Amino acid sequence: MPSDISHYAWIVPLFPLAAFLILTALGRQGKKLGAAVSVATGGASFALACAVYLGRLKEHAADYAWNSWTWLKAGDFSLTMGYEVTNLGTLMLLVVTSISLLVLIYSCGYMQEDERFTVFLGYVSLFSFSMLSLVITVNLIQFYLFWELVGACSFLLIGFWYRRPEARAAAKKAFLMTRVGDMGLFFAILLLYWNMPNHALEFTDIQNVFSAHTLNLTGAPFSAGLTTVIALLIFLGAMGKSGQFPLHSWLSDVMEGPTPISALIHAATMAAAGVYLIARTYPIFLASDTALDVVSAVGAFTALFAALLAIGQNDLQRVLAYSTVSQLGCMVLAMGLGSWAAYSAGISHLFTHAFFKALLFLSAGCVIHAVHTQDIRRMGGLAGKLKTTAWTFGIGALALSGIPPFSGFWSNDAILAEAYRDRPLLFAVALLTAVLTAFCMTRLFFLVFLGDGRGQAGHDDVAGGAAGDTTGGAGNPGDPGDPGDPGDPGDRLEPLPRTMTVPLIVLAVPAAAAGFLFLPGSAMSGFGRWLTGGSVKHGAGWAVLLLSTAAGLAGLGLGYLVYGRGERAAVRASGADGGSAALSRYGRAAEAGFYVDAFYRRAIIIPVKGLGLLLEWFDRYIVDGLVRLAAHAMLWLARLGTRLQNGKVQTYGLITLLGLVVLMLAFAGRRFLHVG
Amino acid sequence: MSGILSPYLTLGAILFCIGLFGALTKRNAIIVLLSIELMLNGVNLNLVAFSKMGVAPSLTGQVFSLFTITVAAAEAAVGVALLIALYRNKPTSDVSEMDELKH
Repeated sequence: MPSDISHYAWIVPLFPLAAFLILTALGRQGKKLGAAVSVATGGASFALACAVYLGRLKEHAADYAWNSWTWLKAGDFSLTMGYEVTNLGTLMLLVVTSISLLVLIYSCGYMQEDERFTVFLGYVSLFSFSMLSLVITVNLIQFYLFWELVGACSFLLIGFWYRRPEARAAAKKAFLMTRVGDMGLFFAILLLYWNMPNHALEFTDIQNVFSAHTLNLTGAPFSAGLTTVIALLIFLGAMGKSGQFPLHSWLSDVMEGPTPISALIHAATMAAAGVYLIARTYPIFLASDTALDVVSAVGAFTALFAALLAIGQNDLQRVLAYSTVSQLGCMVLAMGLGSWAAYSAGISHLFTHAFFKALLFLSAGCVIHAVHTQDIRRMGGLAGKLKTTAWTFGIGALALSGIPPFSGFWSNDAILAEAYRDRPLLFAVALLTAVLTAFCMTRLFFLVFLGDGRGQAGHDDVAGGAAGDTTGGAGNPGDPGDPGDPGDPGDRLEPLPRTMTVPLIVLAVPAAAAGFLFLPGSAMSGFGRWLTGGSVKHGAGWAVLLLSTAAGLAGLGLGYLVYGRGERAAVRASGADGGSAALSRYGRAAEAGFYVDAFYRRAIIIPVKGLGLLLEWFDRYIVDGLVRLAAHAMLWLARLGTRLQNGKVQTYGLITLLGLVVLMLAFAGRRFLHVG
Repeated sequence: MSGILSPYLTLGAILFCIGLFGALTKRNAIIVLLSIELMLNGVNLNLVAFSKMGVAPSLTGQVFSLFTITVAAAEAAVGVALLIALYRNKPTSDVSEMDELKH
């Protein structure tokens, strides 16, 4: 058999699961052993994923599905479980295993001193297990299972430092916001279950039914309206996980967790799951033009909105988080264009984005590890001290900005090319997003790595001293790089452990070069054909190529103009001094996430809380009141009874007499009324 | 005939009511016992009146009332004996304090 190795793909997720079980059994002891176990299993599953990938690179590698384990039977419906190996899934396996392996290695350095080190590694392993299983699931129910498991893992990891109230809040927020989306997916599954022939929920069946539906070959079981509803509900699920516009704000709070987690969630696991869901159920979307329009509109809006937000942030991780939201918006936009070419463009962007975003986050983690602050206004001039990090961050930033020949350029360009052909408006939005993204990355790079140090004494761990230094640094920013600044911490930066720098260097390679897989022309169409199983025509127009390059360069140039040359002015403008009122107002608005969260608090949280209070009041005083009333009535009756039974014969006699009188009156009344 | 019956019955009822009132309200156990005797006598009066002037007069009613008197005497003796026994246990003759029956 040619695609022999595909049959063993189900083992890939088992390695991290085993690691999770072993690490849980170990408890908090044995940091070294735990690290070895998790990295070894991560490596093993990466190796196997590589083997599967290479095995499927041949032409005509057929999808392989194994689906014969009956999980439960209800009446004539039996739910089976299994796994399916497609080219898309294989690609995801490769991405997830590689990123999670590197994150595991990185965490060994980053989290070393944490007392729950092994617990952390265990959670990461569980996370990659659920994501890998999600990638190779065979039906929607199983998909939903692992989908929820991914959500639960993200909750555990975002709230890893659960002693900090912000981390707890962020974990809760992530869990609840994605739950809104999950509800959509759940309803979509229900609708599909009711309407699919034989209640089949397998992805292959769904693909067949909806592809036939599109071609109008059979008597379609789905009306156009129903198809749209299902597609939109599925998209709601994807919106929750991939942080699309109304449900995006949890993704920027992921940074409350440890930095490697941001890398994992943003690059490989959770955020990618949403796009992957759309890709798996793509025929449903193709069958409904309305759904596609909604998808692309939401994607485009999210891309632009988040790019605007990213510019105004002052927190290193938050900038990256919003740029992730923006890039996810681009992928969703591509998905919404509704052609297999755009589909493969979106997936290729998912692929490259995973590498360069993981690289950016891990580099940011190095910076944070070194200077102990996340505020980019208090960084600067780190290029000399963190040489490796600066280089890798630079490569990641260039890739994200879409500068040729780095990877992000090719995939982003593919999306732009597809948009350019059909939807000029979406193309314009995507192009603007590219400019903003490049600008934002330039700003980040200049503020963090170039220029002179601004108040880096923050890592002295003396809060007062740090604050004083910050205001001092911001107070006289015109002072040309004073070399004798006592706050200059250059030689006091902790050296980064090798476990942290090596993953950066490894990641920098695909971040720089992965794009050549998608070179327009021969290889790209090859990738598209490999991914979709059909020939895919790409409009690789030179105009788009030039335009997207120009967009990236324009962003870079703009960033250089504002932050490279007039860096101090810009810092003053966006900083605490408040140079230009408009800019600082923009900064404040962006920092508050354009008040989306505030709006949610006003519009949803407070009314819901009010309703909750009302219901609590109702529960306490009406429902509980009734219960208490019944109890008191019984008590009162019982007291009456005890009072009657007082042992005094005279009372008994009196009551007997009264009873007799009542009886006699009754008899007399009966006779009087002529009833008896 | 019946015109003569009603005064006896009225007297019997009055006696019974006085006795009932006393039995239910008096605190002293002896007076309660006496009141019970009074009620019994009211009943006896009824019995005798009916046996003499009832619908079917016969001697049986009067004999029956003699039995009642005898039983009442025995009952009074038992009652007083009980009272004395109680009094030995708890030196009071107040009925309201004799509530051991509830335990």
